[in-house]
Amino acid sequence: MSQGCNIPIVIFNLFGSALNRYLFVTPPQLPAETTTQPKTLGYSHRRHLYERLIETLLFLMAFASVVITLSIVVMLVKESYVFFQHVPLWDFLTDTQWTPLFDNAHYGILPLISGTLVSSAVALSVAIPLGTIIAIYLSEFAPFIVREIAKPFLELLGGVPTVVYGYFALLFVTPLLQKIFPELPGFSLLSAGLVMGIMIIPYVSSMAEDAMRAVPMNLREGSYAMGATRLHTAIRVVAPAAFSGIAASYILGISRAVGETMVVAIAAGMQPNLTWDPMEPAATITAYIVQVSLGDLPHGSIGYQTIFAAGLTLFLITIMFNIIGHIVSRRYREVY
Amino acid sequence: MGALAAQGNENSKIEVEQLHHTQDNAAKSAILTGCKSEIRDLDFFYGDFHALKNVNMLLHERQVTALIGPSGCGKSTLLRCFNRMHDLYPGTRYVGDIILHPDNVNILSRNVDPIEVRMRISMVFQKPNPFPKSIYENVAYGLRVRGVRQRAILDEKVEEALRGAALWEEVKDRMNTRAFELSGGQQQRLCIARALATDPEILLFDEPTSALDPIATASIEELIADLKKKVTILIVTHSMQQAARVSDYTAYMYLGELIEFGVTDTVFIKPKNKMTEDYITGRVG
Amino acid sequence: MQDSKKAQEIRIIIARHKRYDLLFIIIGVFALMIAVLTFIALFTHMLIDGMPRLTWDFFTSFPSRHSGLAGILSAWVGTTLVMLVTALAAVPIGIGAGVYLEEYAPKTIITQIIEINITNLAGIPSIIYGLLALGVFVYQFGFGQSILSAGLALALLILPIVIVTTREAIRAIPVAIREGAYALGASKWQTVSDHLLPYSAAGIMTGVIIGLARAIGETAPIITIGALTFIAFLPPAPIKAEFPFLSFEWLMAPFTVMPIQMFNWVSRPQEDFQFNAAAAGLVLVVMTLAMNALAIYVRYNMRKNIKW
Repeated sequence: MSQGCNIPIVIFNLFGSALNRYLFVTPPQLPAETTTQPKTLGYSHRRHLYERLIETLLFLMAFASVVITLSIVVMLVKESYVFFQHVPLWDFLTDTQWTPLFDNAHYGILPLISGTLVSSAVALSVAIPLGTIIAIYLSEFAPFIVREIAKPFLELLGGVPTVVYGYFALLFVTPLLQKIFPELPGFSLLSAGLVMGIMIIPYVSSMAEDAMRAVPMNLREGSYAMGATRLHTAIRVVAPAAFSGIAASYILGISRAVGETMVVAIAAGMQPNLTWDPMEPAATITAYIVQVSLGDLPHGSIGYQTIFAAGLTLFLITIMFNIIGHIVSRRYREVY
Repeated sequence: MGALAAQGNENSKIEVEQLHHTQDNAAKSAILTGCKSEIRDLDFFYGDFHALKNVNMLLHERQVTALIGPSGCGKSTLLRCFNRMHDLYPGTRYVGDIILHPDNVNILSRNVDPIEVRMRISMVFQKPNPFPKSIYENVAYGLRVRGVRQRAILDEKVEEALRGAALWEEVKDRMNTRAFELSGGQQQRLCIARALATDPEILLFDEPTSALDPIATASIEELIADLKKKVTILIVTHSMQQAARVSDYTAYMYLGELIEFGVTDTVFIKPKNKMTEDYITGRVG
Repeated sequence: MQDSKKAQEIRIIIARHKRYDLLFIIIGVFALMIAVLTFIALFTHMLIDGMPRLTWDFFTSFPSRHSGLAGILSAWVGTTLVMLVTALAAVPIGIGAGVYLEEYAPKTIITQIIEINITNLAGIPSIIYGLLALGVFVYQFGFGQSILSAGLALALLILPIVIVTTREAIRAIPVAIREGAYALGASKWQTVSDHLLPYSAAGIMTGVIIGLARAIGETAPIITIGALTFIAFLPPAPIKAEFPFLSFEWLMAPFTVMPIQMFNWVSRPQEDFQFNAAAAGLVLVVMTLAMNALAIYVRYNMRKNIKW
């Protein structure tokens, strides 16, 4: 009966004692004659040294995450710094062409940003409404059995590799859309964005649902006691009370959409194109990085540095959304 | 009987006072004979909250001392000072001494490792808290922590502890089943066996029967009466009847202060302090 | 008379509200169906295109210029080895960090910085990790475009997942268990290694599996590192016939992985290669779904077994 979780326990027992025995030679133990009682109370410096050693090691592991962030920033800034010595920041921000690999090189990030924003907007216009509706439905309406099946299913949906979604967008959704819009090209932001939207639904819905389920029952009961229906209660009471969590789920959706790579790289084409029309093909920041990486650019060349400048831009955009998310969820956090 | 008890109460109150004020070493040692531990001017703080105020008390060797008082009076806090459980949480501070005899060492001292204190003073908790391991491993854990590896010693000690906790007959054929499969009362006796396996000098009980039914409670109380032949016991209880049934000495605490301490019969039959009387007769609490 | 009229009105209002309720349920089910149907469409589309290619030869052949001969041997071997490196790097560090933050960390500024930082790390796009790995592992450390670089890049990516699930699993263990261990004289590390880690193992395992399932499908960071898309050989074997029997040359070998192989086939113009892509995608999806299902199962089992 308990077999299911015994196996990992055994593994971890092995791990724990193996760590004790081999990594740290021998754990300090009291001498044999004192196994029953140490005669006088004191302080085992050896044990404390050992405990401190482990604590330090664990601290370093936790601190590794900070090191990662710092190296990301240092890496991006360092390579971008070299890049901006060749390309003035003003050109980077205002030039309307991005052709760094051509002879007549232009380094305007705008086309990549427009591609990123359009594909994200398409994705979010799918993911946010559908994700919210699914979250409200699962949290407030769905019978127990539906929720128990739907939640793991949505999790699975979120676990499908993005390259598979890219394949699906290019070879299934685009031909389908072409039946509705015959003028749609083989690569388009629309089809990439739609699939990306479906892909993001589970992230939005599961986080928003968690937030709504955390709203205490007595708030709902108060509303029902006034004669409100479920929909009323869900929209007027539960959703506002869970606002900070729902907002956080939207922010997560946005950063997913902005940072998504493979779907756009496969289905939206990789040609930088300053456009706000989702029916056109265009490259996003991420798609550009993929395109350059697929080629063979020498380390230290200007082409190599462009992907770091593009990466820095992407990093700043996502950080900006993260900060907005922090502020929003802090300001509207409900204390029950 | 009444007179004798009254004298006992008198005596123990005087004992504590004498201990601190007398310069006469002979008198001191006379009082300290049979004294396992001695609390001297103990104050305890949770951050700014003054949880124990100048507590002075004795623990008599191989006797049961009960701590009673309304909830929040600091009785559990005092109990947890004995095995330095408060060290696990930040912002706690001890002022004063708890002297452990015969070593005559202050176990609250900074130079004393709380781990070593816990190796000599065991504790049984309010709710049974067996580890999600086998029955055998639960009892053997204290020994393993002390570095005992030989199977024969472990087997022997585990059996001895389980017998001591009156659980051996019930579990001897299923030492490898999970402790969670035992009943609540059995789990609590398992926790007692776990505490006994390491031959502690003092056994602390923190309301050990509050989560149990009356039958299991009776068996634990019987067990406590039995255990005091071997070990000094300090028990926190919310039930005055229980204190009256199991203890030899009783301390009544209120708002972090020790109001009255003496022989149990005296405290219950003829309390000296009006507050104790009110509590015992049910007017407070 | 007046009263019954009022009651009538209220009934009308209630009936209308109930219709709204029903309408919303229909919309909700419909929204859920869009997600479900998309997945079904995706899966059947791949099944139809890819199934005929899924023969034994497909798993045992190297990529080829002839779509009919091409297979995923180097890809699945590469994926396995990369995952090995990822797990070996991310699991100990993630668990260690989780344990530190949950059990050891004092409430200091540094702890707070670490916690906020981990939340933010989880929101950084995966391709940024790829750029980090390109700059640091490939060039700075000189690991090159190797299995080691890729494994470490993915390890960084899933580290927040492992840390967060470790913390949640450890937090779920009641204080009484910790106090019970300490009361018996256990030191902090003994409490952690004898109790907290074993009891939270199932929860941690869930996080590790979900993390690895995510890593297995990650394409962008590996492309950034510069994984080759056409690899017609296997990395050196980790076991040798002569002393010392173990070899770590494979860590430095060039490689490809499943999602890259699939990406490569998707981006070919010839339609034949897209059947290969579908077949590779099918394998990939089944792999990640199996891992996620395993994680769901472990978690379900754990909830059933542990009754604090």
